[in-house]
Amino acid sequence: MASSENMPTRKPYDWSAIVKDVAGSGIITFLILTPIVAIKTTLDQGALTFSSRWPLVFLLSAIVVAGRLLFHLFVWNRVETSNPAKASTPTLAIFSQIGKYIGPIMLVIALALPFIAHMFPASDKRIIDLAIYVLTYIMLGWGLNIVVGLAGLLDLGYVAFYAVGAYAYALLSTIYLPEWFGAGVVPWAFYLTFPLAGLLAATWGVILGFPVLRLRGDYLAIVTLAFGEMIRLVLVNWFTFTNGPQGIQVPKATFFGLPFKDDPNGFAAFFGIPYDRIHFYIFLYYVILALALLTYVVTNRLRRLPIGRAWEALREDEIACRALGINTTSTKLTAFAIGAMFGGFAGSFFAARQGFVSPESFVYLESAIILAIVVLGGLGSQIGIVFSAIAIMGSFELFREMSFLRAILPEGTDPIQFRMLAVGLAMVLMMRFKPRGFVSKRDPTVYLKEKKAVSADLVSQGHG
Amino acid sequence: MTKWNENSVLQVERLTMRFGGLTAISELSFNAARKEITALIGPNGAGKTTVFNCITGFYKPTEGMINLRHPEGREFLLERMDDFLITRHAKVARTFQNIRLFSGMTVLENLMVAQHNTLMRASGYTVTGILGSPSYKRAEDAAIEKAKSWLYKINLINRADDPAGDLPYGDQRRLEIARAMCTDPILLCLDEPAAGLNPRESEELNKLLLGIRRDNDVAILLIEHDMSVVMGISDHIVVLDYGQKIADGTPATVRNDPAVVRAYLGVDEDEGADEVIAAVVASAVAEKPAAQVQTMTAPVKKRATKKPIPKKTTRKSMGRT
Repeated sequence: MASSENMPTRKPYDWSAIVKDVAGSGIITFLILTPIVAIKTTLDQGALTFSSRWPLVFLLSAIVVAGRLLFHLFVWNRVETSNPAKASTPTLAIFSQIGKYIGPIMLVIALALPFIAHMFPASDKRIIDLAIYVLTYIMLGWGLNIVVGLAGLLDLGYVAFYAVGAYAYALLSTIYLPEWFGAGVVPWAFYLTFPLAGLLAATWGVILGFPVLRLRGDYLAIVTLAFGEMIRLVLVNWFTFTNGPQGIQVPKATFFGLPFKDDPNGFAAFFGIPYDRIHFYIFLYYVILALALLTYVVTNRLRRLPIGRAWEALREDEIACRALGINTTSTKLTAFAIGAMFGGFAGSFFAARQGFVSPESFVYLESAIILAIVVLGGLGSQIGIVFSAIAIMGSFELFREMSFLRAILPEGTDPIQFRMLAVGLAMVLMMRFKPRGFVSKRDPTVYLKEKKAVSADLVSQGHG
Repeated sequence: MTKWNENSVLQVERLTMRFGGLTAISELSFNAARKEITALIGPNGAGKTTVFNCITGFYKPTEGMINLRHPEGREFLLERMDDFLITRHAKVARTFQNIRLFSGMTVLENLMVAQHNTLMRASGYTVTGILGSPSYKRAEDAAIEKAKSWLYKINLINRADDPAGDLPYGDQRRLEIARAMCTDPILLCLDEPAAGLNPRESEELNKLLLGIRRDNDVAILLIEHDMSVVMGISDHIVVLDYGQKIADGTPATVRNDPAVVRAYLGVDEDEGADEVIAAVVASAVAEKPAAQVQTMTAPVKKRATKKPIPKKTTRKSMGRT
């Protein structure tokens, strides 16, 4: 506030304008709220009765008036800083300083998280479980980022590959592997099916890729959307193969053949430590952390290889790519396949963690959330996706905790029902103020003297 | 008229391109020789860019043959090849009338993408590259060196790490040429490289093109409206009007060709317009329906009084399709 001594920081109040504005907004609020809030209808034993809620209307109007007045008094009369660039430079510098270390810092926190959670014995399982949940979405976000962020192909059906991975694990570990290699293979199922699940998902990525190669933008988005729904509907309806909507019970992941069970053959007994359910959570946590890091490292490497540069060039200008001798068909297909492969890995991890898969987990909303994570994080930015996954998935969970909201919410509603509403609102605001996501700058893949981030205004978002 | 001599790289033979009822190019034949700059000129709408699009595979010609011969003797029939294979195997590179750089990538990255196919092979189609093989590292270093040598030639070495979209217009034009040259072409097709450049930038462009002709074993095919560029550097000029060749020869002969003067600069209404219209109508009637003839005659009248205005490419018209 106290930016300079000799310059006035506030404009003088123009009282008549303020009164007019405040009164006007109060009246408008009142008029809008009268039909919406003032009259309440209740269906009582077949009869529709009206009751009025005028105090609530006045209360809400008063809030608007007071808010508007406060803005007039403290916010809208600030003198604009004459040089906005100059004012923002120090903060930018701080951010870029933090930016250099943010990756390693987060990695250290991630590695130490089970130990941090250990300090809160009451809720350690919940913390680790939430971290597993968030990391799964970070991994999915990074996988989708290859298709949407790097290659610029809008994919609304990414959850299909997640489903392929999960069902590949479920079906192989419960039916096919025991049939082929005998029941002894079941404890190892996770390790055997894992690569196969990725491979199958990649194959489906290519299968999806072929028909949509000629499509761009909206058309591509609609076909991928349909593809996601098709996979789900097949899972629901092909009863003999997938057990339909009832889902499949699958063996949970084991520690290299040692199940996390309280019996003499279990993990705890083998290492001679007392059994605790948290071992399973910690194991899963490190598995998903390793998987997510694998996704990160592979994607980062791919970006620096010719294939990754071709993806980004494809996003920038497809015709120029063809004029430079790049086979855009195979470039698009590899993007779909590699993105799908990571989705498949995440899917089979999901199945091994839940011990149960059903088509209900692979609805369109999941695709939308993963896409929202990628867009909110900033297309193409891997670190941004970490932030947005934590923000979105974390806020979903936060709503479960906010029991105090019950006090102000209407009776019979649960705060959890408002989570999509609140997240949606947050996203609208975010897109209003930072339209290209948390991290909108693009990191060049090669440089001569110094690495300069490319501003988002120049980076194309892809045309599908 | 067009003889296939040992210096020829490109031979276009009776090329015809029709879009529905409109004949954009008809029976066009010409050659382009190595280490020569061949200019393709003509009034707006004469079909020059269509010729380019046929040569580079963006359009499939309706009739005719486009033959490309490499110095070591391999021949390619370009009209049968896919656009990206024409660049990859037949080694034809092109630039665009509206610049098509990868604006969100840095100048250096643009030149690296141009070497995609070489690097792709060196990275074992990504398999060995992702494992960090030293041979890929060497290939990448070599690619960076090559990009650097082009950046020195186009005077952009100091801006190598800046996004291509940040460069001034003239620099973007030269960068696009350098990017095309990074694909090691045998034939370089430049679509109006001087459009929108000021005289000083045009002069720089001339120097760059003459340098490319001197140092590289490449045939340059050039579409241009800027006569200072065309007359200053071309060895051979082909003039198109309404998709037909009306002159072919050295700059000196083309400049004095009456047909070129008439088509290109227009003729006075009272002197020769009727004659020109009659000629065009006669040639049009021979192969086109009557409706077509009417639309063909209209622009001739108009052009008889007006000089063709060189096209200016603005930022706004660079919108992508």
